[in-house]
Amino acid sequence: MSLAELICPAGTPAALRTAVDAGADAVYCGFQDATNARNFPGLNFTPDELRDAVAFAHAKGTKVLLALNTYPPAGKVDLWRQAADTGARIGVDAFIVADMGVADYIARSHPGIRLHLSVQAAASSPEAIRYYCENFGVKRVVLPRILTIPEIRQIRTEIPCEIETFIFGNHGLMVEGRCSLTNYLTGQSTNMDGVCSPASDVEYARHADGSMSSQLAGFTIDRFSPEEKAGYPTICKGRYTAPHRPEGYYAFEEPVSLNLSRLLPELIEAGVHAFKIEGRQRSKSYVRGVVRAFRAAVDDIRAGRQANIADLIALTEGQKQTQGAFETKKWR
Amino acid sequence: MSLSTVTPARMRPGEGAVARLACLALQPVLSRIVRRTAARHPSLFARLGPHQTTDFLIDPVELPFTLHLRPDPAALILRAVPRDAAPHAGATIRGRFLLLLELVDAEEDGDAAFFSRDLDVSGDTEAVVRLRNALDDMDGSLAEETAAMFGPPGRAILARLRRAYSSTTTGQEIA
Repeated sequence: MSLAELICPAGTPAALRTAVDAGADAVYCGFQDATNARNFPGLNFTPDELRDAVAFAHAKGTKVLLALNTYPPAGKVDLWRQAADTGARIGVDAFIVADMGVADYIARSHPGIRLHLSVQAAASSPEAIRYYCENFGVKRVVLPRILTIPEIRQIRTEIPCEIETFIFGNHGLMVEGRCSLTNYLTGQSTNMDGVCSPASDVEYARHADGSMSSQLAGFTIDRFSPEEKAGYPTICKGRYTAPHRPEGYYAFEEPVSLNLSRLLPELIEAGVHAFKIEGRQRSKSYVRGVVRAFRAAVDDIRAGRQANIADLIALTEGQKQTQGAFETKKWR
Repeated sequence: MSLSTVTPARMRPGEGAVARLACLALQPVLSRIVRRTAARHPSLFARLGPHQTTDFLIDPVELPFTLHLRPDPAALILRAVPRDAAPHAGATIRGRFLLLLELVDAEEDGDAAFFSRDLDVSGDTEAVVRLRNALDDMDGSLAEETAAMFGPPGRAILARLRRAYSSTTTGQEIA
């Protein structure tokens, strides 16, 4: 049986403490800049906050993983190098990276610190994963959310590193690390600036009939009727009209969250080493609820008991959940 | 829950006067709350960034007034105002009073409340996100700190309010 480490999100120091106390094996977080893919206003850590957070986590036996998982634009790589140097000085347990240049810098400058390959690298074949392992010493790959469990099991036999999979949270696939939809409308890049649907470009409008529309950079991307559950204002989950679908339809993705609580035993059996919970942008309440639920489930499975996962539907986007491609490639 | 539940109730005759009296009575308490919170949690201002001078309306839909917050450390404002006298706001956050209280205390998740349509936001979304993240990074309970200012009666009232909130959400989809 794999160790089934629980990797939990933290957008603030208080969220990190909440995750640690709720039973996280490791917590992942980022600095307050473009070096990570959740560069949201008011979120993330200053270097001083990260130093205190690492001390808190280590005192309780929890690891801290620093996300440096965006792509430096040409000529701006110094910000990523400085972030890596700061993280190393503070004593983080691993860096989560996507860009080869960043991976190369860390492998050469801080060879004693583990490298994890971010989902943003979109490495989904044994050949691609082995390349990162052989050239940069990557110890773990976070797999894109496009693979079935049999495919994961097969990949596990062909790569020399650990596997981490998402088990809960936002389910925006759109070729991770290569999505330019936000850039197209706002001029800011998810992959280089760390912002998907930046809040400064988001507006919600209420209408006389009780419906609500969400807009990004002035473009309406969805309109929810009074009784309808809402989703994030991301283009990939927008509802659009087309000549053949005048009523409007979800062209790419739907507002729905990943929830693999029922598949945990199969994922462990397939050799998945670590389970990742998405949601650095979410509240302490979310972190507390989701981490506690999965902590109990993983402990039950390790002890040979039937896992009884708590109902997490209230925390899902659009209050809908899916097992996505992990269950079947036909999930859409 | 339908959006109508996050729409302020239409004002009945005489409620305007009640609202004004309630605002006057509450003001000393609100001033103490905001001063005490700022003193105990100074780091929240850094997370607000440029929105320290934004005017927020925090609108508990079932109460006869709304709350005006300007989290400027140099000139803090938290005051209750009748809805018809509310200032122009940079951002508005609207929901039931106890939901708003639970959000401040991180007992509820803001995104989940938004998905369920129990929470309505309008205006500058970045300002709302910054305020949410700043409050979420506070340790402790603002509601309990406030209740403690009034001793055992304050704590008893808070406990009663929370029981009432809990009973209204039990059995719903979000329970």
